[in-house]
Amino acid sequence: MSSEQLYCLLLTAYSMLRYIIFAPLAGAVINWLVGRRLRNERFIGIVACAAVGVSTLIAFYLAFNSNGALRSTQPIMDHLWTWIQVGKFRADFALAMDRLSGIYALFITFVGLLIHVFATGYMHGDRGYYRFFAYLNLFMFAMLTLVLADNFLLMFVGWEGVGLCSYLLIGFYLDKDEAAPAAKKAFIANRVGDWGFVLGLMLVFFMTGSISFFDKPGYSVSSALTAISTLPIDGFTWHAIFAGGVTSIAVLLFIGATGKSAQIPLFVWLPDAMAGPTPVSALIHAATMVTAGVYMVVRCNTIFTHAPTAMFIVAIIGAGTALFAATIGIAQNDIKKVLAYSTISQLGYMFLACGVGAFIAAIFHVMTHAFFKAQLFLGSGSVIHGMHHEQDMRRMGGLRKYMPITWITMCAGWLAICGVPIFAGFFSKDEILWKTWSASSFVPAGFNKALWFVGAITALLTAVYMTRLMVMTFWSNERFGADHSADHHQTEHGGHSAEGAHEPHAHKPHESPLSMTVPLIVLAILSTIGGLVGVPYALSSLAGGRPDNYFERALDPVVGHAPESTTTGEATSEVHWQTPPPQEIDGKPAFGPAHEAGGAEHAASATELNEERLFTLISVVIALVGIAIGWLMFQRQPLRQMPRLLENKYYVDEAYDAAIINPIHVTSREGLWKIFDVGVIDGFLHTLGRTIVDLGRTFRYMQIGFVRGYAAIILAGALIIIGYFAYHGAQLLMR
Amino acid sequence: MVPQLSWYLALSAVLFTIGVVGVMIKRNVISMFMCIELMLNAVNLTFVAFSSFFRDLSGQLFVFIVMTVAAAEAAVGLGIIIAIFRNRESLDVDDARSLKL
Repeated sequence: MSSEQLYCLLLTAYSMLRYIIFAPLAGAVINWLVGRRLRNERFIGIVACAAVGVSTLIAFYLAFNSNGALRSTQPIMDHLWTWIQVGKFRADFALAMDRLSGIYALFITFVGLLIHVFATGYMHGDRGYYRFFAYLNLFMFAMLTLVLADNFLLMFVGWEGVGLCSYLLIGFYLDKDEAAPAAKKAFIANRVGDWGFVLGLMLVFFMTGSISFFDKPGYSVSSALTAISTLPIDGFTWHAIFAGGVTSIAVLLFIGATGKSAQIPLFVWLPDAMAGPTPVSALIHAATMVTAGVYMVVRCNTIFTHAPTAMFIVAIIGAGTALFAATIGIAQNDIKKVLAYSTISQLGYMFLACGVGAFIAAIFHVMTHAFFKAQLFLGSGSVIHGMHHEQDMRRMGGLRKYMPITWITMCAGWLAICGVPIFAGFFSKDEILWKTWSASSFVPAGFNKALWFVGAITALLTAVYMTRLMVMTFWSNERFGADHSADHHQTEHGGHSAEGAHEPHAHKPHESPLSMTVPLIVLAILSTIGGLVGVPYALSSLAGGRPDNYFERALDPVVGHAPESTTTGEATSEVHWQTPPPQEIDGKPAFGPAHEAGGAEHAASATELNEERLFTLISVVIALVGIAIGWLMFQRQPLRQMPRLLENKYYVDEAYDAAIINPIHVTSREGLWKIFDVGVIDGFLHTLGRTIVDLGRTFRYMQIGFVRGYAAIILAGALIIIGYFAYHGAQLLMR
Repeated sequence: MVPQLSWYLALSAVLFTIGVVGVMIKRNVISMFMCIELMLNAVNLTFVAFSSFFRDLSGQLFVFIVMTVAAAEAAVGLGIIIAIFRNRESLDVDDARSLKL
């Protein structure tokens, strides 16, 4: 009943919703058509920022007005047109903003706006200025389409669109050798994931006959997710993955998420994607696009909660990726590579949260991560800019004197990602760890503690590598300008900027212009206080807060409806699967029976609260210990040699090369090209052509121009015909 | 002695063969032309003979059509021959083997 209320839609067409996605598209078109002729940086920058600014304003208005998406339980719908209708299959070009997509749209537009502003300063002087902003606006269009789409297919359009823009922007520096292969790598790795997404989409349609996320009575469209919520829960067996049921859907969709969100085994593209400009890394490869996988999983949480096997896989992959990437991140020397592995690691956290059923915590972490990771990336961009496109941390150090604003703001991001209290990352990461520890519904007994342990180790490593980054960059001794003859000199812009090109290291580092520092400051503030919307009850109760914090209240309806049915008996007993008990922890209704938003909630018991407080304390200790370790290890010895295995990223790229890419290359070259293409296809065509030529050479002699020759041919033909009839006539007569 | 059908047919066959052989061996375009006429008229003779034999007038009707076609053919053919002769100053068909001059 409640789900009916939740998903019974407001049929009034909120036509404003469409402007959220079309404003950036318009900006992209204007910049592409007009900006490329004008080549006026001010014009291009204003168009691009204004386009995103319009989206931001509309998004905030639609989310927070009196019956906005975040206040009402009903999503705001905007039906543009029916896109495809074939038989029972129906896909609309329609947008919907419910609480989940509302939160996403808010931080995408807002962080996107800040990054656009930052980029106007960062990209100053680049030849491809108009191209950059056209792509960036196009990306905003695709990302918002992905988030606001009301069905799987339109979501997939956005999903592909962001992949395309990611490809274009990674390969933005045309004159940079590593950019093109990095772009291709990202594109191909994403294609592997998309394969899963598309198959999952088809399975959803085959199972439910619908691909819509929402019920739309006015268009006689019913929600696929609601249809799945009425199905029985799949058993917790490996067999279920291949059974073609809900578990298969969930696993296939998760394959899509691993591609987009850079999880094991498809994470390899993200570190290479750092070949793109830094604002791109901040916007696409940290704050927004890579969290699309998390968005999709949370959007489809009904599917995942019906597929315990898939949930388990998600949790394992998430935790594994978090730890794996964190260990690599600790040994990287390129400032952006550290942040890239950090992003992968944090995305792993989000999937860990999804996997243990804490979808709200996952989205909370997505949001805080968008703030502090965008902040860190932009800060690193500011550093790179100030260092004249030096990315190697071994040639930095002591920058806090030269770039005080960047330093202070990055400190906020650093403390946030480490999980120091008050800062945004503390609340979200702590919540994920606590939910993992206390998870009982979706994790086999015992595994929750193991997952928590992995998460805690990752938290420690996170604090260590981020401290290392900060120490190597802003503290310790100044190492720039010392040795130019050093081996691999990484420049980002290929010497486009005049001063950087002529004498790369002659200048002292300088603070960045206002257009870059203002976004840094705003994001630093958000990194500091952005977590306060989701203070857990265990802490807020100390100050007399409500059992459910604002963030949980806001997202509750989206994930609040859980299946009533239970798993089949034998599957349960086989693997000691505990069926989801309808209990609440800490007032969270995430997996209990359906709730009204802000409705009656059980107060958590005092022991649980105390346990949660204890774990919060443990998180804080972990963060502080990590910072201390990082400080002690790297303050004196910033160039400390890290383990080779980690520095070389566990040789994953090499392993993939040897195991997958090389065999494909060899098969393609030796088999498909030299044998199949040259031998079979070309052979067939060449033989055919040669035969025709030979025939023509023969028949040519019939047309040599002697009239009597033609006459002879006619005669011969006539004789043949007469002979034929004469022969048959003779046979008839003989009979 | 009443003429038999086979006499007419034999004569027609002989005339036709002479025409065929003439077309094949003569190089003078006028002679070839005349040989073609000979073939046509050999066929006409067959038509008339059969018409009389079967008491059916449609054979004679065909003869008129053939003669009409032959007349038209003669007009066009002679025109072509004159054009060829003007261009090449020769009536030898073997000289007229290329389309271009």
